[in-house]
Amino acid sequence: MSPANTPVPVASKPPTTVRFRNWIGNNLLRIYAVLAFIYLLLPVMYTFVFSFNDSGKSNLTWVGFTWNNWANPCAAPDVCQSVINSISVGLVVTLAATLLGTLIAFALVRHRFRGRTTTNLLIFLPMATPEVVLGSSLLTLFLNILVPLGFWTVVIAHIMFCISFVVVTVKARLSSLDANIEQAAMDLYASEWQAFRRITLPLVAPGIAAAGLLAFSLSFDDFIITNFNSGQFTTFPKFIYVADKRGIPAQAYVIASAMFFIALAIVLIGQFAGRRRKEG
Amino acid sequence: MAKADVTQAEGDLHLERLTKQFGDFVAVHDLSLVVPQGSFFALLGPSGCGKTTTLRMVAGLEDPTAGTIRIGDTEITHQKPYRRPVNTVFQNYALFPHMTIYDNVAFGLKRRGVKDVNKQVNDALTLIQLSEVAQRKPAQLSGGQQQRVALARAIVNRPAVLLLDEPLGALDLKLRRQMQLELKRIQTEVGLTFIHVTHDQEEAMTMADSVAVMNNGIIEQLGPPTELYESPHTVFVANFLGQSNLFPATVQETDGEEIILEDPDGKFRMPKERVASGVNTSGGSNVLVGVRPEKITIGPRSEAAAAPIDGNYVDGVVESASFLGVSTQYQVRTEGGEQIDVFAQNLDVHGLLPHGSHVRLTWQPHHGFVLAPDQDIRASADVSAGVSG
Amino acid sequence: MAIAQAIGDTIEDQRTPPPDPKKRGRFTPYLLLLPGMLWLAIFFAVPLVFLFSTSLQTPVAGGEVGEFEQTFNFGNYVDTLTDEYYYVPLFRSFIYSGIATILALLIGYPLAYMIAFKSGRWRNLLLVMVIAPFFVSFLLRTIAWRQILADEGVVVGALRVVGLVGETGGIYPSALAVITGLTYNFLPFMTLPIYASLERVDPRLIEAGSDLYAKPFTGFRKITWPLSMPGVVAGTLLTFIPAAGDYVNAELLGTGKNSMIGNRIQYEFFNVRDYPTMAVLSFVLMACIFVMVLVYVRRVGSKDLV
Repeated sequence: MSPANTPVPVASKPPTTVRFRNWIGNNLLRIYAVLAFIYLLLPVMYTFVFSFNDSGKSNLTWVGFTWNNWANPCAAPDVCQSVINSISVGLVVTLAATLLGTLIAFALVRHRFRGRTTTNLLIFLPMATPEVVLGSSLLTLFLNILVPLGFWTVVIAHIMFCISFVVVTVKARLSSLDANIEQAAMDLYASEWQAFRRITLPLVAPGIAAAGLLAFSLSFDDFIITNFNSGQFTTFPKFIYVADKRGIPAQAYVIASAMFFIALAIVLIGQFAGRRRKEG
Repeated sequence: MAKADVTQAEGDLHLERLTKQFGDFVAVHDLSLVVPQGSFFALLGPSGCGKTTTLRMVAGLEDPTAGTIRIGDTEITHQKPYRRPVNTVFQNYALFPHMTIYDNVAFGLKRRGVKDVNKQVNDALTLIQLSEVAQRKPAQLSGGQQQRVALARAIVNRPAVLLLDEPLGALDLKLRRQMQLELKRIQTEVGLTFIHVTHDQEEAMTMADSVAVMNNGIIEQLGPPTELYESPHTVFVANFLGQSNLFPATVQETDGEEIILEDPDGKFRMPKERVASGVNTSGGSNVLVGVRPEKITIGPRSEAAAAPIDGNYVDGVVESASFLGVSTQYQVRTEGGEQIDVFAQNLDVHGLLPHGSHVRLTWQPHHGFVLAPDQDIRASADVSAGVSG
Repeated sequence: MAIAQAIGDTIEDQRTPPPDPKKRGRFTPYLLLLPGMLWLAIFFAVPLVFLFSTSLQTPVAGGEVGEFEQTFNFGNYVDTLTDEYYYVPLFRSFIYSGIATILALLIGYPLAYMIAFKSGRWRNLLLVMVIAPFFVSFLLRTIAWRQILADEGVVVGALRVVGLVGETGGIYPSALAVITGLTYNFLPFMTLPIYASLERVDPRLIEAGSDLYAKPFTGFRKITWPLSMPGVVAGTLLTFIPAAGDYVNAELLGTGKNSMIGNRIQYEFFNVRDYPTMAVLSFVLMACIFVMVLVYVRRVGSKDLV
């Protein structure tokens, strides 16, 4: 964020105090934003710094610097298993929720049908329901019909709350497309299927990818709903929650930091590739 | 890949009693017309008049509520858009943003499994003079270039009918003028039937062999541009194409091939052939008289009174005069209270008649026209004033 | 940013769908909807019915802990809601999440405004920075706040030096710490929808405003703010709703005195195993939120919610 390079008139230079006041006025928003970013990133920086803490079992106070945690991220018991669990859940959820949500988005944007408003409301409701309610009600169902808790109940729960987010993401992309484009394809002898495969799908793909990414990160980071529906099955957030009672190993900080940088890299590469494609 | 099975058909395009309803709203009402093969046809009307809906029914993008569409002897009323030998140039071009210009133009040919795609695409790109941008993406082209690509993408398929939906609407005035000539040139060159939808009367008159003026889902009048302009049949057409002075009058008597009309300003003679069909001209009936502003001659009353009377005249006072360069636009209040617009060509250098001048307006009887009286005199006047820029 | 735009769109779906060109596809939309809506029906709607049914149950006489039978006892609602142990955390939830929502708006709006209008080529990077904290686990970030705000942490140390906090005073655990955590955790949900709606504002409108003699602030109040309203509505809802139901912040950053309704729901479930009370609390929370959302959306005169 460079300060605005406003050309200063040569003839009459305002006095220094006025110029300072102007500078503050011009940059107030930027200063404010910098403070907001510090607030946003402070815990991230804390996590990153403490991932190098030579702390042993409980990573609460700074002991000393070490590379060991990064060298052996699986050294602490159960950390890596919980991460693998979270990733497996995340992958299944991403696939299913993206598919189901994309279908709904297509129905909502491309078709006019009876019950459209009701459908929209049903999509909105899970997003407007607190997670404790989603989690506890689903658990009530599982307990009533005697479903054993574990991997699959977590997957079911996550798909349920991810669908709505996928729908709105894909919907946004889809409705920003010129509907004429599909009609142009059909006008040029493409059947409905060909128009979909050659025109619509490639154009909506970025939206679907964004929805998938969103579903994965929502699933990966969910704790409240998972905690209700997981039984003995442990995901990464649940591991942290449980471990917090006796001390979180520094390896958890390593994994969280690594996730942060991997996600950052994916988003930036995606942006870069997108720009290249637009220019190319 | 499955080849699209496109209907082969050629001949005139027939629309017969075509109707389209959206719920309670009748967008197109019982419309019939024939577009001769190889002609440049314009559907002209204000927005919401049903012209685009008509076009979309021909393209197969809307299903008609009633009526039939034929090309020659082949009926295509309910055929899928991708089976029709019809292509469309969409209003915002609708180019495929993720494909190159070449791939855009080749799209239809490939769907049909045509051999020799490469040559045909290159020919089409040459026709629109854009061969050098074949490998670019649509977003990298200017509006005018995109417009031409959209045209090439449709023309390359040699459709029996080519539909153009306000194709020049997004271009600026200068480019639009240029593209009008370009479109006309390409149409003459390839000899396809063009149907051009527009709200711009100038655009329609410049390019089309014949024009259908649409309003409220029906065709008000159909004919060559000059005929529509010189002999409008309705107030709507009189005002939508150019500008008209319209004032009520009463038929006094029929005198051979002429009728004699009267209004508070006096009497006029009009040839019978200048009366729109279906207008009652028996003595005592009311009619509307129309005269185009440029057909009227204006002069100082003192001078005119000395000269022999030639044609119809009214006397009045100049209320405003605007000098426009090639012409001067006057507003004259007649003694009978009518306001009349006059466009006077600037043939003399002695300048304009000032505000308050007493003037006499004259016009040849065969320059006026007579319309049925039960119409709103202002119909479409505002619309056309808004869009004819 | 598709995600942010999407969230804005849910609130502001004023587009009318294009006319369906083909009659034969009348059942296509329903086929497309079927799998996803079925999933939502079975795992979202049906559980709510079960939850409601549970909320009317009473313990089996002489049964074990966690054994209940259906007696349609609507008295459960009265009993629970008149108990200070439950209604105080309920109020507290709305007060905490209300304050957190206002704070998040105060921080998030200028941030979104800056990214939308003043960030130039840094825009995408800054957007990523707003989202990036998501990827460090929500729990770890909250725990990080606990450590940062702890008596031996940086923040308290600094405040002690300045004298804002006494030698023995602290921030954690307290209501302030809980609200800090809530504000922090939902700030991106506030910022992104606002950004999405600001991004759609044509800068020429703002210029037109200043051309028509609007002072910068008047221009903002009369033009930018109203146009960004859909984003503000989406952002406040997406902050307020999850914050009101959250229990992690209160648990990690507060004491028993800062318990929110989520803590009670969670506790009744896992520790007391009093399912009817848990269900009553869940339903009351959901009902309160729905009423508040409806009133709020009416007041700000937003377009139809869905």
